[in-house]
Amino acid sequence: MRTAQTTIVPTVDDPQAIRPFEVQFLQNDLDDLRQRVTATRFPEKETVDDNSQGIPLKTVKAIAKYWANDYDFGKLQRKLNAYPQFVTEIGGLDIHFIHVRAKERNALPIIITHGWPGSVLHQMKIICALANPTSYGGKAEDAFDVIIPSIPGFGFSGKPNATGWNPTRIASAWIELMKRLGYDRFVAQGGDWGALITEQIGVLAPPELIGLHTNMPAAVPAYIDRAAAFGEALPSEIPSEERQAYEDLAFVYKRVYYAHYMASRPQTLAALADSPVGMAAFMADFDARGLELIQRAFDGVEEGISRDDLLDNFSLFWLTNTAVSAGRIYWENKLPYFSPKGIEVPVAVSVFPDELYRCPKSWAEVAYPNLIHYNKLEKGGHFPAWEQPEIFVDELRNALRKLRTTKRSHENYSITI
Amino acid sequence: MKTITEKIGCKMAFRHRLIQLLLLLAAPICMAQNTALAASAVSGEIRPFKVSFSKADLDDLRHRIKSTKLPEKETVNDFSQGVPLKTIKELTEYWANDYDLDKLEAKLNAYPQFITNIDGLDIHFIHVRSKEPKAMPLILAHGWPGSTIELMKIIDPLTNPKAYGGKAEDAFDVVIPSMPGYGFSGKPTSTGWGPERIASAYTELMKRLGYKKFLAQGGDWGALIVDMMGVQAPPELVAIHTNMAGAVPPEIDKAAFTGAPMPSGLSADERYAYERLAFFYKSGLAYALEMANRPQSLAALSDSPVGLATFLLDHDALSLEMIARSFAGQKEGLSPDDVLDNVSMYWLTNTAVSSSRLYWENKLAFFAPKNVKIPVAVSVFPDEIYAAPKSWAEKAYPNLIYYNKVGKGGHFAAWEQPKLFVEELRAAFGKLRKPVKG
Repeated sequence: MRTAQTTIVPTVDDPQAIRPFEVQFLQNDLDDLRQRVTATRFPEKETVDDNSQGIPLKTVKAIAKYWANDYDFGKLQRKLNAYPQFVTEIGGLDIHFIHVRAKERNALPIIITHGWPGSVLHQMKIICALANPTSYGGKAEDAFDVIIPSIPGFGFSGKPNATGWNPTRIASAWIELMKRLGYDRFVAQGGDWGALITEQIGVLAPPELIGLHTNMPAAVPAYIDRAAAFGEALPSEIPSEERQAYEDLAFVYKRVYYAHYMASRPQTLAALADSPVGMAAFMADFDARGLELIQRAFDGVEEGISRDDLLDNFSLFWLTNTAVSAGRIYWENKLPYFSPKGIEVPVAVSVFPDELYRCPKSWAEVAYPNLIHYNKLEKGGHFPAWEQPEIFVDELRNALRKLRTTKRSHENYSITI
Repeated sequence: MKTITEKIGCKMAFRHRLIQLLLLLAAPICMAQNTALAASAVSGEIRPFKVSFSKADLDDLRHRIKSTKLPEKETVNDFSQGVPLKTIKELTEYWANDYDLDKLEAKLNAYPQFITNIDGLDIHFIHVRSKEPKAMPLILAHGWPGSTIELMKIIDPLTNPKAYGGKAEDAFDVVIPSMPGYGFSGKPTSTGWGPERIASAYTELMKRLGYKKFLAQGGDWGALIVDMMGVQAPPELVAIHTNMAGAVPPEIDKAAFTGAPMPSGLSADERYAYERLAFFYKSGLAYALEMANRPQSLAALSDSPVGLATFLLDHDALSLEMIARSFAGQKEGLSPDDVLDNVSMYWLTNTAVSSSRLYWENKLAFFAPKNVKIPVAVSVFPDEIYAAPKSWAEKAYPNLIYYNKVGKGGHFAAWEQPKLFVEELRAAFGKLRKPVKG
């Protein structure tokens, strides 16, 4: 049994073996975290009455107060260890993942990838419903085998000590992981970085991949993307849905300078490794609607994500000291976030209303010539599996149903859960 | 007192000087506890100020430095991912073990400081009058991540030139304000304190000190502020000197920003300037964009002294490399003590976020010409973010009275190369001497 937090020492025998893993936080680290949260020194209040200068002091203070006084530090470890976790070395790096097999014989294997500022915690609410659909309003034939890896530099995966772990390399590692688990047919799903990684699996198109699902499609036509990034006007009249998406994007580009920062100077954010509340403030500000959702949660209106959800995730980043290592994925990446990548495999798209931009069907059809599903949801944002797990599970069931024609592959590897 | 009266030759200035002296002798000294300063009761009053850090704050800082939690090493062997872990560790060790935090207060109090309320905000400044009768009044404007500390090395040579290789007629009266949100100036509680308003406040400060004619100098934000003073062109302002000229032609600025190909027909100097600008926009501007848009989300800088230091070190590529060499033991323009004096002051005044908000306030392009018509002197230091070619300076500043490329120095020229910087100011303003005071 591996018990470690950040540093995972490779085993002497076979690093490529799949080793069971359990989280065990040190009491010292938990005490130190609580002590630091309590001793936080805050900046002064912003000079505006809205979110236009970043996360308001009131919200930062509310996060610190809840973290110090009401958050149960003992629960996180139990939550994480509620699902079977493993570590295996791929491409010289330990990859941590949750792996839950369905009891159903024809379950479809799915690898689900989180993003930034995320972790496996973002997907934990959907595991049971996907793996055990008959207990969660679904049918036996909706079942999935669920694999949720931690991206290199995030959570309990290893931290790369050399360059090269970009989305394409991570995609290759994910393919290797699925093969190592004995799957000869699988689907892939992701949002945020998970969407880029999932799309790269689609670009690599291994024979085992039968399709993918994204909740952050990269489908923006090049000229629209450029116009939005540089604040240029649109060249011609376009349908209102596309104009709306352009406006969403233009707004996003004016706001995601944290991404530019991590893409150019990730190590200079050392403060995030030394200040838990500062780290939380930085991460809570990932997008405008996400920040508002967090603010409502701390104002007592918990919609989708609770205060505990948020602090579980922040505590995980803190206790694994991965704020900077996770930031480096921005530095590694050379792909445009929202431009089509030339994917020919079947693709399913779900559009959540509070996503960074709302992808029109017209763009999705061009970006993904093999579009098997497109649906606009009524509720949910950038992290829908975390915010709206029930809606998200329904989407995955519906979106991927027509890919279930292939029987589950022969299992050459089994693990006791 | 007689000699002072003769020297100043201005009633208002004399009154101010007298008040200063009386207050210095008799009045209780203002304490700088977290820069929470009471607004002055009397409008226009100039109060003496002394820095006094509390022992609890100093102890807390020491404790935080020692308990710093560091990130892992970068995955490259250069500066391309930001401040290398090695430099952060060297800085942390030096700050914890070798730096004398108790000396900072005395260093800051080595020069007479004052506070006066301008436009609703307390403005802190150093004010040193020269003994030379023909001294020219000069306001020096610092930038980010700087403070009055980056200009302190040049005070003595400017005010007392004879002791520092100059002549009596090279003398300046020196005024060095802290920008709003910086150091011991007040922190704005509402919006509006952009470079234009700071420029007006600086002019008001010089007038309040009794100066009927004065000069202004700046680099970084200070350069934008003195450019804006030049645009506002109050009758009292004779000329400005900049060491970060706002002189990039708009089409070239745009090409560098968007990564478009270099415009054709540029001279060698212009091509080099374009390349430096394009490099800065591509890999060095992100901190400015983050502060311009989400300053409050950098709350971590208020809670982590070493994190704050790391962030402040990474201003521009060549400055970072110079500072890294300095912490690695090489003698460089900025010593570890220089750097840590400045960072410690940012920490002790908790101004990391309030200083960042200036980027949010600003709506001006950093390097574009601002339409300054009054006389301008430009000094170009080789390691500046971009080295302004003379051709651009002539266009941007139609009344260019001085242009010189200096052999050594970077973005923090007055701090790194004080001797060269002082020579530049003497040479740049030399020809304006006659009409200013007399």
